[in-house]
Amino acid sequence: MKGLESLLAAHPFFAGMTAADLDLIAGCAANARFEAGEYLYREGEAADRFYLLRDGRVAVEIHAPGKNPVTILSVGAGEVLGFSWLTPPYRWVFDARAQQLTRALVFDGACLRGKCETDPRLGYDLLKRVAQVMSQRLETATLQLLDVYGGTAAR
Amino acid sequence: MIAAPAMLPAPYRVRRVRRETEDTWTLDLEPEAGGEPPVFAPGQFNMLYVFGVGEVPISISGDPTDSAPLVHTVRAVGAVTRALCALRSGDAVGVRGPFGTAWPVSEASGRDVLLVAGGVGLAPLRPAWYELLAQRSRFGRVALLYGARSPDTLLYAEELSHWRSRFDVEVRVTVDHATGEWGGHVGVVTGLLDSAPLDADDCVAMLCGPEIMMRLVGAELRRRGIPAERIYVSLERNMQCAVGWCGHCQLGPELTCRDGPVYPLARVERLLHVREL
Repeated sequence: MKGLESLLAAHPFFAGMTAADLDLIAGCAANARFEAGEYLYREGEAADRFYLLRDGRVAVEIHAPGKNPVTILSVGAGEVLGFSWLTPPYRWVFDARAQQLTRALVFDGACLRGKCETDPRLGYDLLKRVAQVMSQRLETATLQLLDVYGGTAAR
Repeated sequence: MIAAPAMLPAPYRVRRVRRETEDTWTLDLEPEAGGEPPVFAPGQFNMLYVFGVGEVPISISGDPTDSAPLVHTVRAVGAVTRALCALRSGDAVGVRGPFGTAWPVSEASGRDVLLVAGGVGLAPLRPAWYELLAQRSRFGRVALLYGARSPDTLLYAEELSHWRSRFDVEVRVTVDHATGEWGGHVGVVTGLLDSAPLDADDCVAMLCGPEIMMRLVGAELRRRGIPAERIYVSLERNMQCAVGWCGHCQLGPELTCRDGPVYPLARVERLLHVREL
């Protein structure tokens, strides 16, 4: 069975991180498994976790009363899920539901924040990685909002 | 020298219509005079003329290895395309063509091949896909990545399922948003690129969809090492004569009806960033 450090080192999100930093971060991590249909978190709950997916796929959903939830993004193996642990008020903004059996590394958000406060160099490294993913997600969301498949020249 | 019949629509009859999505229909056409439609190459288009309404360029979406009937998939977005989508079996339509350049299927022989389609952009790519499947052993890895607005706007849903069940090709689908039972990928089509491992040094990519999508996918493929000379795009402009006479479809020095619609990205990439064109 692989140790958490080796699982972390193998995940694309932590590519190039030093072994010492991985050791530090591994102290906040645990393995987790979610069955298809199981919610990893729901909107409004305390955002005290951060996920690196190893297998499976998770749908990020938004819901409105009386309507079916709308999936706005799916996150799969090798990707990162959940940023609300990083910024106040530390509440989830969306729901996250496993679409299939999903295995993940789950991090204690408060523990990670604590280590980042204590070691700003580590915090900066981690923040740069998170910022890159957030930037990509923002680009994706912008393109989805553009509805590029909807319009075309009217002839 | 362009022969005069290039400007003269040939009478065809609608043999069958199939509704693909809420606003998109596939028409099977056959020559009124009998016989088979002209041979076409994947990526070429015809001018379809609804008598009394007007004429529009529509890519051929059928199987080039089986040219009867002539197949076009049309999305109703304007007066002529709405009239096309309202045609029923037995109705008449005029056809000029085929026109334009083709997807480089033969040139891709021996290489990995990646097709990336967005929305109704799957229709012009489908003939190339058919040809790849028909000659599967001639190519390396073959992948189709398809993005659409939502699950109910996916074209050729049954065929997609069939293609996904094959063991010798990769077919990945994503939608911008979904509800209900959709268990697939949600996000933009560039998010699928990691799921189709290809050899960038020996890969040909063919892209068809909204220009924004093709620009971004093209940039991402270049970042992954595929040169612009081996990335092909299909451009849609205001084609009217279809033979390079009228200039309505001009894009800088290019007449897209004659020089396109299929171009190597290297040839048009700069033009796609000129906002005035």
